[in-house]
Amino acid sequence: MTEIHASNHAHDEEHGDHGHHDPHLAHHFETPAQQFDSGKLGMWLFLATEVLFFGGLFVLYCILRYNHPEIFSYASNYLDTVMGGVNTCVLILSSLTMALAVRFAQINKPKWMVICLVLTLLGAVGFLVIKYFEYTHKIHDHLVWGSTFYVPTSVEEAEKLGGGENPVVTTEPAAVAADFVDPSDSEQELIPDSLMQKPATSVSQIKPAQMAPGGIASMAEGEPVVEPPYSSGANHLEDADMPPNTHLFFGIYYCMTGLHGVHVLIGMALIVWLIVRGLRGHFSHKYYTPVDLGGLYWHIVDLIWIFLFPMFYLIH
Amino acid sequence: MSPGILIGTGLALLVLTVLTVAVRYIDVGEFNIYIAIGIAVVKATLVALFFMHLRWDRPFNSLFFVASIAAVVLMIVFTTMDTAQYAPDVIKGNAPEAQKTLDELAPDAPVAVKYPYGM
Amino acid sequence: MSTIDLPHQDDQQGRTPAPVVDNYLTYTRGIKSWIFTLDHKRIGVMYMVSVLVSFLVGGTFAILLRTELLPPGKTIVGADMYNQFFTLHGAIMVFLVIIPSIPAALGNFVLPIMLGAKDVAFPRLNLFSYWLWIAGAICAVVSLLMGGFDTGWTFYTPYSTTTETGGVIAVVTGVFILGFSSIFTGMNFIVTIHKLRPPGMTWFRMPLFLWSIYATAMIQVLATPVLAITLLLLIIERTLNIGVFNPSMGGDPVLFQHFFWFYSHPAVYIMILPAMGIISDVIAVHSHRHIFGYTFIAFSSIAIAVFSFLVWGHHMFTSGQSPLMNTIFSLITFSVSIPSAIKVFNWLATLYKGSISLNTAMLYGLSFIFLFTIGGLTGLHLGTLNTDIHLHDTYFVVAHFHYVMMGSALIAMIAGLHHWWPKMTGRMYSEFWGRIGCLLVFIGFNVTFFTQFMLGSQGMPRRYYDYLPEYQVYHVISTIGSYVMALGFVLTAVYLLASIMFGRRAPANPWGGRSLEWQCTSPPPHDNFKTTPRVGNCYDFSAVVWDEKQQGYVVDRSLDPTLNEPADKA
Ligand SMILES: [Cu+2]
Repeated sequence: MTEIHASNHAHDEEHGDHGHHDPHLAHHFETPAQQFDSGKLGMWLFLATEVLFFGGLFVLYCILRYNHPEIFSYASNYLDTVMGGVNTCVLILSSLTMALAVRFAQINKPKWMVICLVLTLLGAVGFLVIKYFEYTHKIHDHLVWGSTFYVPTSVEEAEKLGGGENPVVTTEPAAVAADFVDPSDSEQELIPDSLMQKPATSVSQIKPAQMAPGGIASMAEGEPVVEPPYSSGANHLEDADMPPNTHLFFGIYYCMTGLHGVHVLIGMALIVWLIVRGLRGHFSHKYYTPVDLGGLYWHIVDLIWIFLFPMFYLIH
Repeated sequence: MSPGILIGTGLALLVLTVLTVAVRYIDVGEFNIYIAIGIAVVKATLVALFFMHLRWDRPFNSLFFVASIAAVVLMIVFTTMDTAQYAPDVIKGNAPEAQKTLDELAPDAPVAVKYPYGM
Repeated sequence: MSTIDLPHQDDQQGRTPAPVVDNYLTYTRGIKSWIFTLDHKRIGVMYMVSVLVSFLVGGTFAILLRTELLPPGKTIVGADMYNQFFTLHGAIMVFLVIIPSIPAALGNFVLPIMLGAKDVAFPRLNLFSYWLWIAGAICAVVSLLMGGFDTGWTFYTPYSTTTETGGVIAVVTGVFILGFSSIFTGMNFIVTIHKLRPPGMTWFRMPLFLWSIYATAMIQVLATPVLAITLLLLIIERTLNIGVFNPSMGGDPVLFQHFFWFYSHPAVYIMILPAMGIISDVIAVHSHRHIFGYTFIAFSSIAIAVFSFLVWGHHMFTSGQSPLMNTIFSLITFSVSIPSAIKVFNWLATLYKGSISLNTAMLYGLSFIFLFTIGGLTGLHLGTLNTDIHLHDTYFVVAHFHYVMMGSALIAMIAGLHHWWPKMTGRMYSEFWGRIGCLLVFIGFNVTFFTQFMLGSQGMPRRYYDYLPEYQVYHVISTIGSYVMALGFVLTAVYLLASIMFGRRAPANPWGGRSLEWQCTSPPPHDNFKTTPRVGNCYDFSAVVWDEKQQGYVVDRSLDPTLNEPADKA
């Protein structure tokens, strides 16, 4: 097998062959180049699994959007494009510093490498802080997943909804309350008894706009796309134009951004580990495999966000 | 790959981000989504080629990565083709009527009775 | 060829002396040296033990199910318990036994030695994936303590999101973890085959088992993540009720099936591809004849891996999938039979005019060809749209996938186990009892499952607790067959365990194999090879000669021209 030995990999000028005394060379590899290539191939295989892991959610997104285009163009308006855009830029910049860190490791400037890694970490923290504000804001407005989406947010609202001539009620409020709302949640206790003890609303009484007739059959052919009169922050439950099943948008939104957020957290842990090892002087142009592989992981996190951003925030 | 290439890639990515946000406010009908995805693909390619070094890396790494993306695309295409055909036909009418139909056809079917519209 | 650590041949009695060098079993001692081992051989053995224990558990459930079905109505358990039993049987056999059996257990042991490498590329990851397997198995046990699960191994929504059995989330978590175990094994094997081949081991000198493991690993890496996300969504759907699979909330239950089968059809090939690899090697070695159509078999593995991603919809013909996709999937499904048939014909051609030794491993290999042919051909009935309407969800399907998953994948695993048993343990088992065991398993299997083809074509639905009286005779025959099969497996367990204690010491090469694993001692030394071996044509048996002294075969270097080439040309 000549492939291994005659490896003319991009990094080989730096890598070179320096015998079997390399402390980083595992016993079952012949050369550091072979070990580096193996690590890199392994990482790319792992990245492929990440693509497919997220890929499942992309498929889900496509099917939901195909079935309910009106939900997506309506609910997208509740997302803050500015925050999303800023976050995209933050992540791109952190990706850039990560790439530079790898470069500095290659040209044997470990100090600059650590500086770039710290900048990357800051970018990751910034991304999560912005994400945190987005999430809390939405949860405050009950822009959440599943049935909870239809739970009124405040006393006034609950009274208004419960007492008005247009009773908009979540299905079986009692069941919803019992199953999905934390009993210690004070808001929940404030929902008037009239609402709580109401017999389970028969399906036909539910206001169609709110309660999602349709199921998979609701795929609207030629139904006009609803332009919501409210931007972010307005109460969706009062909006008569809200298309059915709008909760689906937030379900998939939280799934995809949440899973991405988990990957950001893992990436941060990786970067911290790289910084610690970098500070201890473990990396040089002769051995920087972990930095390179950690970098690849961080770039895939960025790469996935590059798709998530237009998919959720930029729907016309 | 000099730092210049990396910084250039980073700048290009930022410019494309601004561009894709800007396009959102222009109405070109259904092309909006294609433009948005197109720009995202360009950005992703830039990241993969330069930040992730695929431009200089072994071809097999690129091949496998592309294969994984192809698998996702395949799944999207097949499921969407399927959905496009079956969705309107499975149960006619909206859910309340579907329940009625079910009650008529299969009175004992344990479907959607326990948790109408989810729990 | 720096022939590798053969024991000294100066024993005067003509018997193989105890190995002089330490082997991998005695290299280090103590329980810790196993728990934290990075040696692929030990990890393979641990996998093998764990898989066989799971097989015992899953098999016990199978016997209980068959016993329950002996007469109509209640026999030993109630209907709800029956649902849990068949779910457990399916889930254990698929996720804990068959998927890891050949790649993770036998593959781990054999692959690096066959390749001429010292270990897999990432030994730590290898150990980690074994412990992930254990974690997944523990989750399954926990789920039983939490009330079990009765969803069927397919976890179809909306049933799996609404059933009141309490263990669903635990077992789904377990399968999620097992998926990652499988992914890491696959990654390891791909990198090992790409990067750790020694000089001379070109792609087309690799034994076919390695080709099939390689194709399998591709599927493991590319399909399993989709299972992971599917199960994650199922957990989210069940706990947070996001409604994506719930039609009354605008979701799409058929989408779950798309997701599930996007993994689980390729998973069928995770089971069967390595089995085909074992058979290719077993058939060639035990008929002492060069494998027929090496390149065709090698590329048909890759072709099957590629096709496996394009046919998942054939599980959904009656699930409300659109006629368009039904047609497309049916068409592609038929095309999978081409590479499968290529393999079968090549095996038959290899047998033709070979000098066949009917060893136990070979008998299992021949059983495989027979059973796989039946399993494969009945697959065509099910891939045909109109017959599938009649046969869907009947015992015909049950019989079909048992012929493929058990009659083929598991039988091949047992063939491989017998083939490499001397290598793994250093002991020979009793060929006589081996042949009896194989016969019992073969007869028992066919009695059990061929009957189910008849049951199914007459309309007996699968997963039913009760049935009409006219089906009883088939059920009784099938149950008797399952007892015979169980007897065969018990016998196999007994003589294999006995061989560890009383068996004759195994020579390095008891069957006359040519690939590299037969050229190190049995059991192999810790590092496999002290120096990187030179590789010949692993299917050229003309250079393999019987050595009376060792009671085994040796490779005569002068008889193989490829070994005498200059090193740089190899
Ligand atoms: Cu299939």
